[in-house]
Formats: sequence, structure tokens, C-alpha cells
Amino acid sequence: MTCVAIAGADYCVIAADTRLSVGYIIYTRDYSKICKLADKCVMASSGFQGDLKALQKNLAAKHLIYQHQHNKQMSCPAMAQLLSNTLYYKRFFPYFTFNILGGLDSDGKGCVFTYDAVGSYERVGYSAHGTGAGLIIPVLDNQLKSPSPLLLPAKDAVTPLLEMEAVDLVKDVFASATERDIYTGDKVEILVINASGIRHELMELRKD
Amino acid sequence: MFRNQYDTDVTTWSPAGRLFQVEYAMEAVKQGAAAVGLRSTSHVVLATVNKAASDLSSHQRKVFKIDDHIGVAIAGLTADGRVLSRYLRNECINHAFVYESPLPVSRLVVRLADKAQVCTQRSWKRPYGVGLLVAGLDETGAHLYYNCPSGNYFEYQAFAIGSRSQAAKTYMERRFEAFNNYSRDELIKDAIFAVRETLQGEKLTSSICTVAIVGIDEPFHMIDQKIIQEVIDSVEIKEDAAAADQAPAQDDDKSSEAAPMDI
Repeated sequence: MTCVAIAGADYCVIAADTRLSVGYIIYTRDYSKICKLADKCVMASSGFQGDLKALQKNLAAKHLIYQHQHNKQMSCPAMAQLLSNTLYYKRFFPYFTFNILGGLDSDGKGCVFTYDAVGSYERVGYSAHGTGAGLIIPVLDNQLKSPSPLLLPAKDAVTPLLEMEAVDLVKDVFASATERDIYTGDKVEILVINASGIRHELMELRKD
Repeated sequence: MFRNQYDTDVTTWSPAGRLFQVEYAMEAVKQGAAAVGLRSTSHVVLATVNKAASDLSSHQRKVFKIDDHIGVAIAGLTADGRVLSRYLRNECINHAFVYESPLPVSRLVVRLADKAQVCTQRSWKRPYGVGLLVAGLDETGAHLYYNCPSGNYFEYQAFAIGSRSQAAKTYMERRFEAFNNYSRDELIKDAIFAVRETLQGEKLTSSICTVAIVGIDEPFHMIDQKIIQEVIDSVEIKEDAAAADQAPAQDDDKSSEAAPMDI
């Protein structure tokens, strides 16, 4: 159970594996953990899938109300704040989900927001959550050539990589995580958001 | 209708068994700008006349999308209509959240009617001063309902509300039996025609007219102004060519026999 997102100059890549398991049992090899919340805003989560379903429905309903009131889709940063508030609302009975929000901001630049279970969030250049995150993040740190978040003055954390390179990197890190993490595998669902819309890709992973 | 001693409170009956405040609320609907609705077996069309308060202001919004499968057109106190639209949207969202399926139109209009009825039986409230034409599609097909400030609702093949709506009703009375078999475009054309009847000779342009449609495989949406203008133009060209031999304005039907669409 792993999800990853990478923000680029004019694109955003979000990916999550499709295995659903409890203990040593695989419930299904074909479960989507990614949800399109708005035109340019997609959420991927690891954690308790029951809470994820409820959270997705909650956000979709709130988005519909927003569209009725404002006559437009929510921007990614706006959805990010909404998600944070929704999560903190249940601070004392939390949604057991570890979310990553990805999309394009109002300037068309890629953005990734990473969350904990109770709504603490931050805009970052890339992120990973789930059982395979520990195996993936060090590789991304090394390969993405992103400016360090510790630099002063603060530099924009998006990767200078091209869209194709970022997608290939995502495929590689998932294949690697699948090797060692028993909860990650089967297939990886990759969504690429750019100015022309959302592209969908499914890649096979090891089934063991 | 004249002032009398039984019309101060909505909770006061008259000796003839009437609630005058409710009837006055229905008057408010009759004074509003016209709205028209037509239904076939697969589509429902709503059309409204959008009056602007002055040349400087924008036109009133009278058509609201409630959900992908339902929309409403209002006549009367548009503020009341806006508030009711918000209520209808919430009901649809909540139903879809719990049941993962669209709220059937008949259930929505019942909830709206019950909400209106409450205001006719509370001394601290007033009836909503707006009539709503609810157009929607669900598993049982295409539907057009009219919701009244009194809390009544009826289903119609075609209906018109607001000022000079009788002209539109007369126009549709002659044709409504064929509506079920109309194509999508014929329905739109007849809706625009019906709205034109209410203008009684005033020039119809796409800027004062809003048309919206919902159908099978077609979520509720407003029709582009350009397309409306094209339909209007094509109609006028035909009329000029036919040397305008038909009477442009219909006389209001003042006879007392109940026409199919009178309440």
C-alpha cells in the first residue's frame, strides 16, 4: 500500500499501487486508491480504505456545493485547505488515511500537498506515503534533483525533470518498492496532470 | 382580490374556507416574469424571460441547476427562489451521498412542497413568494412539475407561469399532445416560441431569454446564447417569407371552462 506524487514545472504525477491487503491476505489486486476531486486536483491515499471512501465522498459533496456557489471548480490550493479542515474536524476520531494531493495550481505549475491523518499539511515538491514510502523517499531525494527545502532563500521545490523522466522514475521506484515490501505490488496506477488534462496509465508489478 | 378582514395572518381562515395570504403569495408568482416548461419522453426544456431592472443592471437569474439531472425555473420573488434552490441542491447532494444514486424528481418536489406547506401553517412565517417549474430526469423518465407557494404540486406535459403566461399556455395547449414525440431540437424551438408569446409583440432576442435543457445522456445545462439566437433568427426568416399572415398576439383566454393546464 503505497502512494507517490511528484510536482514538475507544468505537470504533476500521482501514483498508487492497486493491492488491498490485510495481514498476509490479499483482498484484491485491483483496488484504486486515487480519486479525482476536481478538474486539476487528484488525491491518493494510503491507510484505512473504508475511511478513504468516506473522505472522498465527503470532499466530492463539498466540492459540488462550492461549484454551485462560485460557478467554477476548486483550485488545488483551495482543495488542499479544505482537505486539511475536513481532516482536523475529526481530530478526536480521525480519518485513518495518509493523503497526498496533487495537481496544478492557478499558475499552471505542478503542486503536491502532503498530509498526516489529522490535517497537518505542507506544499512540497514530491511525497510518498504508505508501507513502501520508506523505501521510495530516499530514492526520490537522490534522483529528483529538486532544490533542498533547507536552502535560504527558499527555492520552489518542483523538480526540473521532464514529464517523461518523472513518470519513468515513478515506475522505477514502484518496481523497487515491490521487490522488498510485501504490501506493495500487483499494479501501479499512474495519473499525469498537465495543461491538456489528466492522463491515465496502468503498469504491471510483481504479484508476489 | 380585495383587502378584507381575514387576510392579515396566514393562519386565519376566511369564512369561505380560503387562506388569503397564501393566495396573495400566488399573486406574486403571477406578477413575475414568465417561465415556460415543456416535456417529451426523453427531454425537458425550460425557458424564461429575463427582465433587467434597468438598462444599467444585469438580467435576473431565473434558471438554476439543482443537480446533473434536475433544474428549476422560477417566477416571483427571485430571492425566495434562490434560497429554495440552495435547499434543493442540498437535498440532492445528501441523497446521493447516502444512496449513491440521483434523487428521483418526484421525491424532490414532495420535499419542496412540504417545505412550502410549513410556511402556510405558522404564524411567524410567510409563504414563499415564488413558483418553481422543476424539470428533471430519473429512472421513470422525464418529468416537469410545478410547485406552488401553497404547497401544492402537479406534474405537467407543459406549463407556463408568470406574467402573460396564459398566452404561452394557449400556444402549448394546441400542441401538447405531440410533445412526447418531439425531438430535442423541436422541443427547444417550441419553448422559445412559447416564451415569445408571452412577450406580446415585444422583440425576442437571445439576451432576454434563457433556455435550459435536461435529457437522457444530457445533464442539465443552459443552452448557449448563440444557438438560441440562431433558432430565433430562423423562425423570423420563415415568418417574413410567409408575409406574416398569422395574428402575432393571442387573446387571453377569459372563458371559464377549465383548460387542460389550469389548476
